[in-house]
Amino acid sequence: MHRYFLQRLAGAVPTLFIIITLAFFLTRLAPGGPFDQEQSLPPEIVANLERAYGLDQSIWVQYVRYLAGLAHGDFGPSFKYKDFTVTGLIAQGFPVTLELGVIALSLALLIGIPLGIFAALHHNSPADHATMSLAVVGITVPSFVVLPFLGLWFGVHLHWLPVAGWEPDSIRHLVLPVTALGLPPLAYVARMTRGSLLDTLQSPYIRTAHAKGLPLHVVILRHALRPALLPVASYLAPAVASIMTGSLVVETIAGLPGIGRYMVQGALNRDYTLVMGMVIIYSALLIAMGLVVDMLYGWLDPRIRFDA
Amino acid sequence: MNAGRRLSANPAAMGAVVVLCALVLLAVLGPLASPNDIETLDWNHVATPPALAAGHWFGTDRLGRDLFARALEGTRTSLAVGLLASLISVSVGLGYGALAGYSGGRTDQLMMRFIEVLSGLPLIFFVIFLTVIFGHNRYLLFLAIGAVGWLTMARIVRGQTLSIRRREYIEAAVASGATTARILIRHVVPNLMGPVVVYATLTVPQIILFESFLSFLGLGIQEPHASLGTLIAEGAAEMDAASWILWVPGTILAALLLCLHILGDGLRDVLDVRERESR
Repeated sequence: MHRYFLQRLAGAVPTLFIIITLAFFLTRLAPGGPFDQEQSLPPEIVANLERAYGLDQSIWVQYVRYLAGLAHGDFGPSFKYKDFTVTGLIAQGFPVTLELGVIALSLALLIGIPLGIFAALHHNSPADHATMSLAVVGITVPSFVVLPFLGLWFGVHLHWLPVAGWEPDSIRHLVLPVTALGLPPLAYVARMTRGSLLDTLQSPYIRTAHAKGLPLHVVILRHALRPALLPVASYLAPAVASIMTGSLVVETIAGLPGIGRYMVQGALNRDYTLVMGMVIIYSALLIAMGLVVDMLYGWLDPRIRFDA
Repeated sequence: MNAGRRLSANPAAMGAVVVLCALVLLAVLGPLASPNDIETLDWNHVATPPALAAGHWFGTDRLGRDLFARALEGTRTSLAVGLLASLISVSVGLGYGALAGYSGGRTDQLMMRFIEVLSGLPLIFFVIFLTVIFGHNRYLLFLAIGAVGWLTMARIVRGQTLSIRRREYIEAAVASGATTARILIRHVVPNLMGPVVVYATLTVPQIILFESFLSFLGLGIQEPHASLGTLIAEGAAEMDAASWILWVPGTILAALLLCLHILGDGLRDVLDVRERESR
């Protein structure tokens, strides 16, 4: 298992490298530059700016320099936020985005899985149908519709919660964005858990467990749940991806100081280094999540061997 | 047709079909019924709530433009993007998957490995990139969105093709000297239609969602044209003063996505297709 993990880790490095290279050249190919403005600057100043940021060098020199910086954990200076390094911007915003994402994902699992079990145990009852109808709504209605509606209801009409804004350590400001962000994965997890638990409950070994006279909760929790969670585990990586994309809009609507907004702003401003930094952070997170999923697989289903 | 009869026994799916037809008809024929267009500013009715008397059935936005006309334009945009981009992603996925599955061996492995790498990438960021880089060209937008959606389709088609490849009728076609292209087009693809139809139905809402997401961020459809995404963004900004600007497009988008999803689910049950993941 250790060896497999290391192998996969080594495999992730070239993938990340390809992503970095692709993103680097794509940003540079884009028409327009970071110093284009409504009023164009005098050419001498542009030349000076470009020299200061190393943009006067050939693209290959820039590429090698960027990689060398990365090797030291330096994402370079932001082209638009003067006096800020991309590393600094990300270090500032990332904790907020991470907090938001981790809470949303945890809620999705902690509520979604029990909800799925509940629906599966009441298969074809009104409770089951109600839960699953709600789940379809949760899956299909996107967070950029859910969040404004929640804000309208709980913020504008009822005055219970702030519509937007951020204060450190304030749970009230987190409730609505986390709900909007976590709802789609929650609904998906509930639906998947129900489906795969229903399948698992058909297996002969579950009949055996019942025949031994085990109480229902032992049959479900000890025997049926673990294999039933396999599809949920493999959904974790897409779930993280969907929370990441969700964070782009949720942070914009709710005015949270995370890094989600930098992606769109950076791309619009041609802030090459900022966009690169975002792509690298998000890709690394996704790849890491893929690794976690593989490890979880081995734990959930002992028949899976890692030495092949 | 058997599948059709079984689908009509599913009340949720039939309800979805009815709502979808209504939305499509409204989107296409609505402009004939409404006296207003999407651009005219009505200075006497700026940000007025829905009212029949003023002729603005869904109210007006903060520039005094008719929300009924704009919402219908947005619905048309969503439907057009959904259909066109799905067509792209379905054709690419179908071709790629059928070729990989039919070739088998190393070619298959290589092609599937490529898909695996692609699905590991944060593709949405590349689409954001592309839309920014190549400006706000509608057709490029369709292309970029469609280019992202084909991965799942290719995987499903490839799995099905693997099993079709071993059937006797393929062997017979090979024996009678048919070329690979002819076998793929005449014998493999027609037998893939069940899963393809199901996943195409499920791709459409995903793509509509994706387009409104991009437009919401200001990267998709540009003013004065409207997409449900841009309308929702406007509504979210005005929700405390004029909540109908949010309600109208939000409800339409939610209904559209919901119905397409329910229809896709219903079709999947009827045609009994299950995703065969490579894992």
